Amino acid sequence: MQFSSYAKGLALAASLALVAGCSSSGGTQDGSMDGTSGSGAAGQGAGSGQVSGTGMNGGNGSRQASDDQGIPSVRTIYFDFDRDSIRSEFESVLNAHAQYLRSNPNARVVLEGHTDERGTREYNMGLGERRANSVQRFMSVQGVSPSQLEVVSYGEERPAVRGNNEDSYAQNRRVVFSY
Amino acid sequence: MKPLLNLWLIALLALFATQAHANLTIEITRGSDRAIPIAIVPFAVEGGGSLPDDVAQVISDNLERSGQFDPLSRNSLIARPSSSSDVNYRDWRAVDADYLVVGQAQEEGSQYRMQFELMDIYGQRRMIGEVVTSDRNELRSAAHYMSDQIFEAITGLRGAFSTRIAYVTSEGAGDDMRFALYIADADGRNSQEILTSSEPILSPAWSPDGTKLAYVSFETERPAIYIQDLNTSQRVRATSFPGINGAPAWSPDGRRLAMSLSKDGQPEIYIMDIAGRSFERMTDSSSIDTEPSWSPDGRSIVFTSDRSGGPQLYEMDVASKQVERLTFTGNYNARGRYSPDGESLFLIHRGNGGFQVARQDLGSNRLTTLTDSSADESPSVAPNGSMVIFATQQGNNGVLGAVSADGRAAFRLPSARGDVREPAWSPFLN
Repeated sequence: MQFSSYAKGLALAASLALVAGCSSSGGTQDGSMDGTSGSGAAGQGAGSGQVSGTGMNGGNGSRQASDDQGIPSVRTIYFDFDRDSIRSEFESVLNAHAQYLRSNPNARVVLEGHTDERGTREYNMGLGERRANSVQRFMSVQGVSPSQLEVVSYGEERPAVRGNNEDSYAQNRRVVFSY
Repeated sequence: MKPLLNLWLIALLALFATQAHANLTIEITRGSDRAIPIAIVPFAVEGGGSLPDDVAQVISDNLERSGQFDPLSRNSLIARPSSSSDVNYRDWRAVDADYLVVGQAQEEGSQYRMQFELMDIYGQRRMIGEVVTSDRNELRSAAHYMSDQIFEAITGLRGAFSTRIAYVTSEGAGDDMRFALYIADADGRNSQEILTSSEPILSPAWSPDGTKLAYVSFETERPAIYIQDLNTSQRVRATSFPGINGAPAWSPDGRRLAMSLSKDGQPEIYIMDIAGRSFERMTDSSSIDTEPSWSPDGRSIVFTSDRSGGPQLYEMDVASKQVERLTFTGNYNARGRYSPDGESLFLIHRGNGGFQVARQDLGSNRLTTLTDSSADESPSVAPNGSMVIFATQQGNNGVLGAVSADGRAAFRLPSARGDVREPAWSPFLN
């Protein structure tokens, strides 16, 4: 392995974890990304949770930075089953984000693509990416710089709500703007 | 034989949660009508008393779960011999047992010395007579070993009771979620935590020698593939390209990982040389190409692609990169896994019943649905090919299920809390 690039990744991960500890953004781990931290199967019942995370903000909706002045408040748009096309009702939401990003060239946003739970997980990872890519294309056409946009697909791994019914599925098929 | 066809008997077994909270329990949901009746007598302990773990019960549960055996209940045991010399074959014919297991144990310090014997009732002969010595806290492992010997002696197929499973648990929704990767014995017991995170973990895959797991973790808030050594706990990040880093699959020689990477714009199949850290792109399409799995001979990869519209399975010749479509039944076939003999594929098929585990014979291309649940995912085949473990839904919870390769027998491994999914059956470990 290329140790240098791995070490760089670790440093990045550690700094991400630090950032997470200071800000309100949830979801990162509280450090110890040291590459040797997995608890071994041979370990004597040592159920060590090395990447054990705390620091959740406990809030609903999209994760957001503490300084979010001017960022449009609606940060989630929804998709039809098996589709990645932008529903016309959400174009105004995307336009508002596009306007914000154009006027704040230093702002960056992660477009988190999500699917409902039906189907296989890794294929859904691809479908979630398609939805986020579709938003990214829309934003680019609106003049947002590609450097401000990043796509991360979560597939079906982070449902907004739990439940095996169409209402839950509809809430989970979404792209979230995460600043 | 007992007619168990289509009988939905809910037998709650092994409820003693002695280990971590994430131990899984087992519910038999479908018995096979072709199961072989076998009598398993509780082991006699020298000086009286009983073993700290009921070895005969562990053997009985293992054999029943395989779908190939129908162990007699304890109250229908006509006698309690502890050695073949005490066995009256006529007695056991009278209760329709085809086979009989007896055993006796002696305590020696912190160990038990156990003799177990397997008898063919109609042949009136002893098939196995073996002495096993075990630490008192390793009695379940000893019972799994004996189960393997009995299973192989009768079916001719190597037993897979001493193997392990990896799986992922999750709790919560939205921003407040907890994920954990576990490994446990094949019967769900003896679970050990490998990794916990507030970000998703998925797609665990065992190395062919059973010493490592590759998996996808979002712990940096981006997906990356990690390889973790289970003995040393050493962990390396194998890939962290922009976009999807997913679906790792070990080549049979353990030197390469097939995976899906979307750094080119859409998910493509890549093969990584693990030692050299070099990557070869295997597919070139504008579709989603993911969920690779190697054929047992290492010459082919089956993968999911929606290049024709919906997801279907395709087989690629690794050397030439020639691709051939394999599935044509219905509009959703995904996540294929070869059987160990390479003659069939296990996959997720969407039909009228929803998403179900199916088997496709690669000779005839005939597809057979194996389950009657409706939200199945992630089939993983036992190393002897006899069973497939998969994830499914029970109520609002994700649980693991297993079905015999012929679909005749099924059981579930529900968890005490949270969702359980992404099961991966280990290779043979000894």
